[in-house]
Amino acid sequence: MRTRFFPILAHVLAIIAVAPLLWILISALKPAEDVFSFGWPSTWTLDNLQYVLLKIPLPTFLMNSAIVSVVVTVVALFFHSMAAYALARLRFPGRGIIFSGIMSTLLVSLPVILVPLFLVAKQLGLLDSYAGLIVPSIFHAFGIFLLRQYYLNIPRELEEAADLDGCGYWRRYWSVILPLSRPVLASLSVLFFLANWNAFLWPLTITRNPDLRVIQLGISGMQGQYASAWNLILAAAVIAAIPTVVVFVAGQKRLVDAMKTTGLK
Amino acid sequence: MTATTSAPPSRPQVLARTAREKTPMTKKRREALAAYAFLAPDVLGLLIFVAVPMVLAFGVAFFKVDGFGNYQYVGLANYKLMGSDDQLWASLKITGIYVVAFVPIAFVVSFALAMLVRNHFKGIGWVRSAFFLPNVVSLVVVGLIWQFLLVDKRGAISNLLAPLGLGDVSFLGTPSLALGTYVVISVWFLMGYQMLVFLAGLKDVPKELEDAAEIDGASAWQRFRYVIWPLLRPTSFFIVVNSTIGAVTGLQAFDLVYVLTKGGPARATSTVVLYIYEQAFTFNNMGYAAALTTVVVGILVLCTGLMFAFTRGGRFDED
Repeated sequence: MRTRFFPILAHVLAIIAVAPLLWILISALKPAEDVFSFGWPSTWTLDNLQYVLLKIPLPTFLMNSAIVSVVVTVVALFFHSMAAYALARLRFPGRGIIFSGIMSTLLVSLPVILVPLFLVAKQLGLLDSYAGLIVPSIFHAFGIFLLRQYYLNIPRELEEAADLDGCGYWRRYWSVILPLSRPVLASLSVLFFLANWNAFLWPLTITRNPDLRVIQLGISGMQGQYASAWNLILAAAVIAAIPTVVVFVAGQKRLVDAMKTTGLK
Repeated sequence: MTATTSAPPSRPQVLARTAREKTPMTKKRREALAAYAFLAPDVLGLLIFVAVPMVLAFGVAFFKVDGFGNYQYVGLANYKLMGSDDQLWASLKITGIYVVAFVPIAFVVSFALAMLVRNHFKGIGWVRSAFFLPNVVSLVVVGLIWQFLLVDKRGAISNLLAPLGLGDVSFLGTPSLALGTYVVISVWFLMGYQMLVFLAGLKDVPKELEDAAEIDGASAWQRFRYVIWPLLRPTSFFIVVNSTIGAVTGLQAFDLVYVLTKGGPARATSTVVLYIYEQAFTFNNMGYAAALTTVVVGILVLCTGLMFAFTRGGRFDED
């Protein structure tokens, strides 16, 4: 009896947890006049989705988000794995200090440094540009930390073989370490993609140009413009959420592995 | 971009040098040079986009900055202004209440969920994913979802509560209810993530220890209190620190309120980070906003320090 109770409770709670998301999906497929009707829609329609994709520059917003997220993810993985390789495998003066320095930035979140970061970005001429959306989003200590932990556990013998073959450090990193870190890079890429696709505050701060709007800005902007057209707002929100849910479902195991390591160990 | 190319060009000279003489001394130098080249892009980036802004905040705090970017030294004027800024104190209080409500509720909920999905049962995979799913969509989408669900009178929540006579309650429109609603939505958004961290911590609790306690006649509560809880201390400490920092300065303190309530009604959900944003970008008071930033940093350092002191350092950073 007791052993049955908890699994059933878990299933019920799980349904309650996802209910708001499912409700939005269903509501986005209702005709405009039915959007508040409490229950299963009498008729299903794709009009809302069609409208926001054709009449609102949603495809532009999606494109901008895709460009920013993919570029940030790729460049960040490259830089972080290089830094992590040096921190995990090479001996050099100042390693301890550099590592603690990098780690100390972990506590700093975007809302805290937003104002001075904006001033720095302005000074560097990054306002209203793709570079402004991309470059400051690349640098984050978490990825370096996670990759370093991973590299500490790769057997040294593998690298020593490459050393005997006369490979330089670059070749060792590129041909030995990088291919071995595929699993952890995959986990991090899921994490980075989601974080950047979902980014709102930095794009809000750094861009004014409507052509540079990312998807999160685009849908939050609909609040004012389409204040009472909930069918359209929901359709846009669903479109913005689909890539994240797809990436989550596809990379779920990897994401969970990376998440579990956050901060611990 | 320039940083990317800094690694390869250094190689030819390095190789040339080793070809000439291969003493231990040069190998050491070669390794150090390579290390600096590998580190350069990230270290430079973190300096420019994290460290410099941190330091800059303390500098700009002494200036008045106008809309055209002209700086005028004003000494401590920005800090003196804070004393009479009622909205600042109100938002500090709101953030305080939010932390005090959010951190324990999220802790208990996510711990309970972790215990619930700890041992295998049929469909456990889907259940775990379901709890985590809200964390996957953006905070903007979360804000829009709940705005829609909480639309006065016509929203799904009002429909659900109508039989209880609560159909007319305006959760986002009533100042006394809005903050609580924001707490509940934050918990819904973050419980899955914290649950995963707890699950990772629970993995380190040896099953044999619990079984032994059970054989010795320990009740479920006793097993929790004397076996699981002490072993889970580092995880709990991490969750508390992490979620406190997140509640004060995380994106949940900005994105969500910005979309959900814009800090309203009657500034009832105006968090500190939202207030700083408004000062900087709505009223163009960059200097004042920078001064406020330094205060938040101070509070954060103080809170983390206190937590470490009280818990004698939740040791989670060995290795």
